[in-house]
Amino acid sequence: MLSKRIIACLDVRDGKVVKGVNFEELREAGDPAALARRYNVEGIDEIVILDVTATLEGRQARANTIRTVAQEIFLPLTVGGGIRSEDDAAAAIEAGADKVSVNTAALSNPDLITTLARRYGSQAVMVAIDAKTVRLKPDTISFAVYARSGTTAVSRDAVEWAREATARGAGEILVTSIDRDGTKAGFDCEMTSAVSDAVDVPVIASGGAGSFEHFAEIFEAGRADAALAASIFHFQEHSVGQLKTFLAQRQIPVRL
Amino acid sequence: MIALIDYGAGNLTSVRKALSAIGADVWTPTIPAELSRARGVVVPGVGHFDSTKAITPEWRTAIKARIDSGTPLLGICVGLQWLFEGSEEAPDCGGLRIFSGRCFKLACPGPQGREPASRLKVPHVGWNALSMPRRTRLMHGVINDSQVYFTHSFAAPVTAETAAVCEYGVPFSAAVERGHVSAVQFHPEKSGDTGLRILRNWFSAV
Repeated sequence: MLSKRIIACLDVRDGKVVKGVNFEELREAGDPAALARRYNVEGIDEIVILDVTATLEGRQARANTIRTVAQEIFLPLTVGGGIRSEDDAAAAIEAGADKVSVNTAALSNPDLITTLARRYGSQAVMVAIDAKTVRLKPDTISFAVYARSGTTAVSRDAVEWAREATARGAGEILVTSIDRDGTKAGFDCEMTSAVSDAVDVPVIASGGAGSFEHFAEIFEAGRADAALAASIFHFQEHSVGQLKTFLAQRQIPVRL
Repeated sequence: MIALIDYGAGNLTSVRKALSAIGADVWTPTIPAELSRARGVVVPGVGHFDSTKAITPEWRTAIKARIDSGTPLLGICVGLQWLFEGSEEAPDCGGLRIFSGRCFKLACPGPQGREPASRLKVPHVGWNALSMPRRTRLMHGVINDSQVYFTHSFAAPVTAETAAVCEYGVPFSAAVERGHVSAVQFHPEKSGDTGLRILRNWFSAV
């Protein structure tokens, strides 16, 4: 049976792993290669490097980070943050990324998804969607999409955007709840299941992991194919191995 | 020297890196004639079966000649599918016909087909378990239920030459082996220690 994936996210700034709450208040969490090595030993299924404050000057640093992590970890590696063009994607892939994650650039230029899918295959193109739940009436909700690390509202709904991105060639969708990010209040099952039901490609849930129970919830009620977390793993509160043992006991298929 | 065939289908960095990590010297030949000095040949591939059209008749002949002379070959992902007769994904685009059978699309009932919780998503992305129907050099020491990383929408049927079976809706060939020709549908270069072990098994015959 296909396993539910546990993905560790390394939010990198200036070559160091950082982590914020609700996309703000960044604090340092260590060296990316050292963290990746630890997660590999603990049994992580995949690693995502998100360069949260990618700048022109930061690009070389990012390539070095990717190279260092890719050199010793033989697991799927995704790179995102500041991938604005085909050239940015090519640089990340040449440095050792297997997939690139696009967010803001895909919103302003949806053709970028198609271009990247044609060049590298859909399996190499992840579209990341940052969204907030908006309750219009008690029984009507929508998921408002934000660009630029959650700072700029765009008039799109996450479910519609996920459908469009998939039609354009996205091979996976990463859904992040801005409201839950870094809060440890649990993943957003409502948002994730809505997106997961709407597309045929795998959906990765992100934002809010605080306990092992939250992972069980997002795989069951949230219908996620994979779950991504950062802080819960970085600060050694919980190990990936313990989490997988817990999920296996709950009859959720995982790679042990 | 291991020849890593670059026919423009995606990124070879990961495969090259993993082969180097197990001690293989790898190069990418630029013309078919260079293949004559290969001690092993790796045909990688991601994406659409159609991309194998870029393997021109000259390259096909050169690769076939290495196989006929007993040089170990490893196909990966679309590289496995290409060793079969062809694929539903690109019906007008023939494979090398080393293995018999045609590749088929994995089940995709669509959002309205079944209950959302049980429907199978395609592509099949992630870690899935292997079972070994027979002893092969390629899968030596890999125990049943070991998991490896897949990302594909089409798959090869299970035949007498299957070295590992995976199941996603239906059983399919996760690995095949006949003599010195081996191939894997999964990505050994992305499958942690199990993947490196399988690459080493292949490389030990080179």
